[in-house]
Amino acid sequence: MGLERAFADEPAFVPYLAAGDPNYEASLEYVEALARGGADVIELGLPFSEPIAEGKTIQNAIVRSLEAGMTPDRFFEFVTDLDVDVPLVCMTYYNLIYQYGTGDGPRPFVEKAAEVGIEGLVVPDLPAEEAGPLRRACDEFGLDLVFIVAPTTTGDRLERMLEQVSGYVYVQARLGVTGAREDVDDATEESLARLSDWDVPKAVGFGIKTGDHAERIVSAGADGVIVGSALVDIVAEGHENRDSVEEVADRLEAKARELKEGALRGASERPQPERT
Amino acid sequence: MSTDDAHDPKFGEYGGQYVPEALMPAIEELEDAYERYVLENEDGFMDEFRQRLADFGGRPTPLQYADQLSARYDTDVYLKREDLLHGGAHKLNNALGQVLLAKYMGKERIIAETGAGQHGTATAMAAAHLDMPCEIYMGETDIARQRPNVFRMRINGSEVNPVTVGRGTLKEAISETMRDWATTVENTHYVIGSVVGPHPFPKMVRDFQAVISEEAREQAIEKTGGLPDAVLACAGGGSNTMGAFAHFVDDTDVDLYAVEAGGSSLQVDEEEGVAPNSATLSTGDEGVLHGARTKLLQDSDGQIMESHSVSAGLDYAGVGPELAHLVDEDRVIPVNIDDDAALEAFHRLSQDEGIIPALETAHAFGYLEEHHDEVGDTVVVNVSGRGDKDLETVIEETSKRDLDIAPDMSIFKRVGGGGL
Repeated sequence: MGLERAFADEPAFVPYLAAGDPNYEASLEYVEALARGGADVIELGLPFSEPIAEGKTIQNAIVRSLEAGMTPDRFFEFVTDLDVDVPLVCMTYYNLIYQYGTGDGPRPFVEKAAEVGIEGLVVPDLPAEEAGPLRRACDEFGLDLVFIVAPTTTGDRLERMLEQVSGYVYVQARLGVTGAREDVDDATEESLARLSDWDVPKAVGFGIKTGDHAERIVSAGADGVIVGSALVDIVAEGHENRDSVEEVADRLEAKARELKEGALRGASERPQPERT
Repeated sequence: MSTDDAHDPKFGEYGGQYVPEALMPAIEELEDAYERYVLENEDGFMDEFRQRLADFGGRPTPLQYADQLSARYDTDVYLKREDLLHGGAHKLNNALGQVLLAKYMGKERIIAETGAGQHGTATAMAAAHLDMPCEIYMGETDIARQRPNVFRMRINGSEVNPVTVGRGTLKEAISETMRDWATTVENTHYVIGSVVGPHPFPKMVRDFQAVISEEAREQAIEKTGGLPDAVLACAGGGSNTMGAFAHFVDDTDVDLYAVEAGGSSLQVDEEEGVAPNSATLSTGDEGVLHGARTKLLQDSDGQIMESHSVSAGLDYAGVGPELAHLVDEDRVIPVNIDDDAALEAFHRLSQDEGIIPALETAHAFGYLEEHHDEVGDTVVVNVSGRGDKDLETVIEETSKRDLDIAPDMSIFKRVGGGGL
């Protein structure tokens, strides 16, 4: 299926931004800057009012985006207006997916997402146990459904999840909520080791902030790195300092390049390549 | 008691486990502990729980005949006095059960959210009683309007963490407590305060609160020779509601009224994302929030509305999934009472019966005042909590209104004790 191709040749850099943060027009520029900086897949957050899996940084991004008028329909317009040649994944919470259209199931949302060119979904409050209807809708419209594997996910739970996952698995590097950190947790290596028998690409997120982090994560065996809060921080700072959209976009592009290059260095340090 | 399957995470279409993956192992661990300790009384857990509820909590609470209200309404009104439980509200039933369960599970730390502060104070008391470190998350709006409860939590030795996002009420406090739990899940138990959240919380909290209706049912038979015609309880998240209803659910001749907060209006402002009420069962529709599929106050996109009520404890945009199911099954009748009627009822119960009720509880009495002709000849009203915590709010809200029943508070002006 689709998204796996982004991980095929080299480690993928997967940035996240909340769509519409701090406003629609600037956000389009920021997402396009990430693509120029080397993004292989872009996760676009569709903001939900109760983001229970997010730390302060992304909570604030969600508030800014909602206050600027983001809605599910605006989000789909946003995706249509984006000029990027990178696969797009929508990250949101289940209630928005469930309510869209008829208000009684995930199918209309998935249909619309497919229509505007979204290739996959990440839904942090939807564990494998509740994912049946969404999985079926994704199959019907050819979308990947990405699951998050936590440091606490083992045994039967891991098996159940990996049976349903497609595109890539989102390996949560440490317990807790999203947010940039100064160091990278050892839990990452343990999680990657648990997943080593599965050939679905493994993208590690939660806490990655620098090119050096990305390098370490990839050299430990990850097929990609997911970076959200460190990029949202740049958007937030630019917004607070009233910097121009161009300046902020340049900083995002430079940060993206740093992270992508770190990931590439990590791949060259691996004892043996995982795939040919 | 409702005869559901303890292993089934759903109530009809409602319920389930919509939580981040990082929490799922803890949820599974809790399911296992719920089944072993609560349902099967392993290691005598339920015996110890009952004993502590009696010795520390003061159970059983009385079922009291309300002389003045009975005469006023020409209906036999019985009061289930949960306000007499230690801490002044029904909340201790659940908090003590869960903190004790956390101990049996080998957890080392307790966290909880609170809205009105009643669940926070109950959890702080239970944690002190059982020697567990405890942190409470509370929205900053609620901290401002429930100061006495904040002091009580601190005095019992709990940390109180203000939640500043959103409107700073119960909804935000629950989200923030879930975030803490996702970080600390390995050694921490989240004592959720109502029959909400992912399975097994709605069933487990109901089971801890069901002691209310277990007692009330026996007491009603003893005092009246039969079952009441109706049971009235206020409903926010719904823990006192489910506690008061649980043992009556199978008695289909007993009408069960869930009295919600009608706030200032039932009209919603879609543009602003505000519902000036908390009437989730009456006006909400199905969605997913805080781990469960249930009825919600939400806009047409599925964004959660800011709810409003004069009573902080009812101020929540969701409701327990079992209540949502029982409403759909026509077993529970959802009704609502606005802020004005609740305030009047607060003053009436205080003057007529010498009981100062929580503003939450006052909603149930507001319904009785307006609909006493329809509820039958014998009714049980759950006095879910006492109103000391609400006095500042009541004085402020009363001064904004022209309520005939409210006492004249100008004594403060005469003695120079501050204006109203």
